[in-house]
Amino acid sequence: MLKVKSVHTYYGSIHALKGVSLHVRPAEMVALIGANGAGKSTLVNTICGLMKPNKGIIEFQGESIQGIGPEEIVRRGIALVPEGRQIFSTMTVEANLEMGAFIHRRNGRQVESDMERMYERFPILRERSQQLAGTLSGGEQQMLAISRALMSRPQLIVLDEPSMGLAPLVVKEIFRIVQELRREGRTILLIEQNARAALQIADRGYVLETGKLVLQGDGATLLNHREVQRAYLGKGARQIWDA
Amino acid sequence: MPIWEKDNECMSRDELEQLQLERLQATLNRVYRNVSFYRNRFKSLDFRPEDDLTELTDIRRLPFTTSRDVSESYPYDMFAVPLREVVRVHSSSGTMANPRVVGYTRQDLRIWSTIVARILSAGGVTQDDVIQVTFAYGLLTGGLGIHYGAERIGASVLPTSVGRTERQIKIMQDFRTTVLCSTPSYALVIADRIEDMGIDPKQLSLKYVICAGEPWTDAMRREVEERLFVKVTDNYGISEIMGPGVAGECLEQNGMHLQEDHFLAEVIDPETGKNLEPGQEGELVITTLTKEAFPVIRYRTGDLCRILPDPCPCGRTQNRISRIRGRCDDVVVIKGINIIPNRIGDILEQIGGERPVYQLVATRERHRDHLEIWVEVTERFFHDKMREQRTLLEIMGQKITNFIGITPRVKLVEKGSLRRENGKVAAFVDRRG
Repeated sequence: MLKVKSVHTYYGSIHALKGVSLHVRPAEMVALIGANGAGKSTLVNTICGLMKPNKGIIEFQGESIQGIGPEEIVRRGIALVPEGRQIFSTMTVEANLEMGAFIHRRNGRQVESDMERMYERFPILRERSQQLAGTLSGGEQQMLAISRALMSRPQLIVLDEPSMGLAPLVVKEIFRIVQELRREGRTILLIEQNARAALQIADRGYVLETGKLVLQGDGATLLNHREVQRAYLGKGARQIWDA
Repeated sequence: MPIWEKDNECMSRDELEQLQLERLQATLNRVYRNVSFYRNRFKSLDFRPEDDLTELTDIRRLPFTTSRDVSESYPYDMFAVPLREVVRVHSSSGTMANPRVVGYTRQDLRIWSTIVARILSAGGVTQDDVIQVTFAYGLLTGGLGIHYGAERIGASVLPTSVGRTERQIKIMQDFRTTVLCSTPSYALVIADRIEDMGIDPKQLSLKYVICAGEPWTDAMRREVEERLFVKVTDNYGISEIMGPGVAGECLEQNGMHLQEDHFLAEVIDPETGKNLEPGQEGELVITTLTKEAFPVIRYRTGDLCRILPDPCPCGRTQNRISRIRGRCDDVVVIKGINIIPNRIGDILEQIGGERPVYQLVATRERHRDHLEIWVEVTERFFHDKMREQRTLLEIMGQKITNFIGITPRVKLVEKGSLRRENGKVAAFVDRRG
């Protein structure tokens, strides 16, 4: 579905992605893990059209999409749940969801029924539908950000650090939601610093290090990989959000 | 026959190439970081994996790795992980001054057993089979390599290892072996002995023979099939790359499927090193794509074959390689052991104090291969007393046995009697044909 081939992207003068290749198959959840500054977000931004690659090919459903603007990327079927939520905090929850359905705005009935579905999935959002999004808790904001992405009816959901800045119990809840999306047969690219949680639920994973891919394999393999354990999982001390 | 890993063995070429590119990038990034041999080589070429690898074919810019390189890195210099992550070590037959040592991480072993399971499945093996493994167990990769793959399938494994043919046959009868793993020549040795013992091969439970370990011919395949009433598939393995499992034939019997999601294969002209077109015969060169402990980049296997890119009716999309036609270097394969004639000369020189004129001769008596070493007499290699002379021959035989693992017959021949080509004594004469 998504195919990234030897992509190079510069972040200012920094060579942030150095020939990265990866792919995501339909109905698959792929985790991309790596330390701070490894280039994870640059890769997300490059895929979602927020940054232009200097070299390389990005194909989505057989068509090349590198260098296309972010709005067109959404139209092609890729939705981003950005790092740190980035909801429109001065707008109501409902307005946020409407914004997510921006590309379908001429189809009022679809937007309405989709919004209803989001409220069924996250009843808390219905309760708060007229509240300003900025007044929601971190976990609620993340639910809103995910719902907003779903409103565009994407083929591929890119989740950028969904656990970032959230309390452990909330993280657990968010990962449960991500898993649910996976079970519904959605295609997901999950970018995470929380390698253990991500690899536990992903089909496959890639490890990015200083802009280069150094490991790839299925989730369980990477989870048990000595290098991954050493670099990203720390020793012992099971985390509270371990399944 | 079921395909062991349908998703991986039958993916579209497009998907496969993407996967190969991703894995090649990770492999080159890792060897550049972890193996000084490769880092130095890449640097001297000004090749940085991150900048210079965009397409799979970019690998052609990199130099070949030879068996000598591996040998000179004895034992651990080319390992890409610390030894504490290595859970198994194997070593080649001692054909070089230093043997070629290879290591495996836990993950490497998992992949190895998986790809062996693939090639065994392709050759007809299922969990209902009783499989007799007559490859050497030990430092060589043959025995244990097949063993874990067969266990992965769930077959009942008989690790009989090499030799003691009558016992092998008794086990085959009593344990109702359904699959035999052996070198082609040993399968024929077994067929001969079965005949000698007056056993009707139809009374055996054998269905399949998985052959590997030495170059052979289609005539040999037909002979094994007709005499043992089995279906025979061809397999290709090489320790420096992995061991058994690199490529294996399916029951279509039309070439060995390369496990291309784990190995990137090229065929080159052994003289010029240039890449050849698909279908042309040349030396097989392999790059590992997933090996962790001992990755190799563009390893020259020394084996001659062709890549067959046309689709196979079995449904697997992995390209096939043709039967190995022979060696393109001076390596001689006898009983599955690779022997470099020059190394034999080194041993003889150590014993006699000078390098004699000598020749390796392979012979075959009733399917059993023998190595003879013919040495032209000189003063140093000649004694008046029969006893001393015999002792000298025995010492030579023993030293060589210790070194290569098979026992040669050492013969002294008259000066000038060895066959010469263009005035040079041929290092090897094959009389097995």
